[in-house]
Amino acid sequence: MSEYILELKNVSRYFGSVIALKDINMKIKLGEVHCLLGDNGAGKSTLIKTLAGVHKPSEGDFLLDGQPTGFESPRDALDAGIATVYQDLALVNLMSVTRNFFMGRELTKKWGPFNVFDTKKANEIARAGLAEMGIDVRDPEHPIGTMSGGEKQCLAIARAIHFGAKVLILDEPTAALGVKQSANVLKVVARARARGLAVILITHNVHHAYPVADRFTLLNRGKSLGSWLKSEVSREEILEMMAGGQELADLEAELAEFDRLDTKAI
Amino acid sequence: MSTAVKTNDSPVIEISSDERVRKESIVKKMLTRPELGSVSGAILVFIFFAIVAGDSGMFNADGILNWSTVSAQLGIIAIGACLLMISGEFDLSIGSMIGFAGMMISIPALYWGWPVWTCILFAFAGAMFIGFLNGYIVVKTGLPSFIVSLAFLFILRGLTIALSILFTNKTIVSGVSEVADGDIFAAAFGGEIGTSFFNWLAQADLIDTYVDGSPIVTGIPMVIVWFLLLASVASFVLLRTRYGNWIFASGGDEKAAKNIGVPTDKVKISLFMFTAFCATVFAACQVFEFGSAAADRGLLKEFEAIIAVVIGGALLTGGYGSVIGACFGALIFGVVQMGIFFTGADSDWFRVFLGIMLLAAVLFNNFIRKRVTGSH
Repeated sequence: MSEYILELKNVSRYFGSVIALKDINMKIKLGEVHCLLGDNGAGKSTLIKTLAGVHKPSEGDFLLDGQPTGFESPRDALDAGIATVYQDLALVNLMSVTRNFFMGRELTKKWGPFNVFDTKKANEIARAGLAEMGIDVRDPEHPIGTMSGGEKQCLAIARAIHFGAKVLILDEPTAALGVKQSANVLKVVARARARGLAVILITHNVHHAYPVADRFTLLNRGKSLGSWLKSEVSREEILEMMAGGQELADLEAELAEFDRLDTKAI
Repeated sequence: MSTAVKTNDSPVIEISSDERVRKESIVKKMLTRPELGSVSGAILVFIFFAIVAGDSGMFNADGILNWSTVSAQLGIIAIGACLLMISGEFDLSIGSMIGFAGMMISIPALYWGWPVWTCILFAFAGAMFIGFLNGYIVVKTGLPSFIVSLAFLFILRGLTIALSILFTNKTIVSGVSEVADGDIFAAAFGGEIGTSFFNWLAQADLIDTYVDGSPIVTGIPMVIVWFLLLASVASFVLLRTRYGNWIFASGGDEKAAKNIGVPTDKVKISLFMFTAFCATVFAACQVFEFGSAAADRGLLKEFEAIIAVVIGGALLTGGYGSVIGACFGALIFGVVQMGIFFTGADSDWFRVFLGIMLLAAVLFNNFIRKRVTGSH
C-alpha cells in the first residue's frame, strides 16, 4: 500500500508534433482535494484525459497504489476506481435521473431467465445518492433536462461516488455555475473528501479552488510549475503564478490608467 | 421551505425543495409520455371510422382482420425502425431489404432446390449481415446513417432486380407455396393460428360464414403473431433491460454515453441488424402468404415505417421514443388506409392524410421535447 493512490512520473503526451504535456509529476492522496490549476490551453484537459484512460501517455509512468499501470480505455480507469466527471457531465438530458445514474452500469436483477433493469431499487439508490449530496429529487423517473446546472453536476458526482470511485476527477465543475450553485458543488467536493476519496479538481478559478483544496499543482503551456501544499502557498501567489506575474502587473497598470481617466473626467 | 435530514456520516444536510417549481398536474405529466400522441390519435381514428364507416363491414371479423394485418405488417418494420431511431440512427434501406430478403428466400427454394427452411435461415443470415455492414459503415466512418442507408436503398433494390433477372429471368418469382408445403419454418411465417377456434366461432354462429359453413376468417395470420411477439419483446428490452438503457443513451447523447462506457457502436450495429431482421420477417410473411416474391416488394416501406415511428412519439434526433407508440402509429396507418378503402373515398386522400398526420406528429413531438429538456 503506497502513501499515494495515484502517481504520475514524468508523464508526457504528444499529438503529432504538438507537445500537449511534458514531464508532468503529480501525486494524489486519498482524503485530499488536489487542485489542478492552469489557464486555458495549459494542458489540463489532456492531463485528465490521460488520467481517465482516454489518452495513453506517450512517455512516463503511471503508478496506481504504487504499481505501474496502463489504462487501455476509460473502462479500465473506471474499474480501477478513477472516475471522471467531465464538463459535459456525461448526462443525457432526455433520460430520467435513474437512467442517467445507472447509465452504462445498470442495476439488474433476475427475472426468470432474464436479467432485467431493477428500476425500483435503482430509483431508491439514485434518490438516496442525491439526497446525500443535498438534492431532493421528487420523481427519479423524470427527465433531467429541467434540472439546474448545479444539480446535474451533483448528480454526476453522486453517480461517480456510488460506483466506488476512489479518485474523483472533476473537470471545471463550477465553470458554468452561479455563485450559490458553485458553493453547493464545492460543498459536495468537501463531502467527498470527508468520505475518504481523492478528488482532483480542475479549474482556473483560484477563488473556487482555494477554500476546498489541500494541494495545488499548476500547469502552464503543457508543463508543471510545481505542486504545493496549501500551507506553503497563498491565494495571491497562486494567482500570480497562474497568470504569469508580468501579465497581471500589466493589467493592474492598465486598470490604474482607467481610474486616472475616470477621475479626470469627473 | 427546507427540511433537515440526519444521516450517518455527515451531520446535517439541507434539502431544499425549490419554491419555484410548480406542482405538475397529471395531464401535464401524461404529456411527457411518448405514446400519448399515437394512442389518442388511434382512438380518434377509431371513433371517426366507427361513425363514417361503421356499417361498411370495416368492423366485421374480416374487416378487422384486414386492417390489423396491414397494421401488423407495417408494425413489424416500425418496431425495428423505432429502436434504431431511438438509438439516433435511420435505416432507409428497410423497404429494399424486404424485396431483397424475399428473393433470398424464393430463388434458392425454387431454382437451386434448397429445402425451404434453409432458405429462410439463409435470408435471415444474409439480411442481418447486410444490416451489420450498414451499421459498421455508419459507426466507423461517422457518416450520417441517412446517407449510408440511402446508398443501401439503391444498392439493394438494384441487386434485387439484377440478381432475380440473372438467376430466373423474371422479376416476380412465384410458386413458393408448392415447395413450402409442410415446412414448419414456412408455416411459422405464412400460416395461421387458432383455426379450430374460428371454426368453433363459425359453428356457434358468432362470426360470418360462407355458404358452405366455413368461417369467413379462418385464423389469425402469423404476421399478427410476429407483430405482437416482436412488439412485446422489443418494448420489454427497451424499457426493462440494461441494453434498453444503452439504446436511449446512445441516441440521447452519444458522446456522453461513450465516455461513461456504453458500447454505443455495438448497440447501433446490433440495431441495424435487428432492423434487417424485422424486414426479413416482413418479407417472409409476405412470401409465404402470397406464395411469391417480387423485386418491387417493400417499395417506400422505409418511409411508412419512419412515419409510424414518428407518429408514435419518437424524436428524429434520437434518445426518445416508445415501441408501444410506434405500434399505435402503425395501427393508425393501417386503420386509415383500410378505412378510406371501406368508406369508398378516393384512396389518394390517404396520402394527404398521411402527410398532415406526419406534420402534426412532428410538431407535437417538438413541443414535447422542449418540455422534457427544459429548453424553450
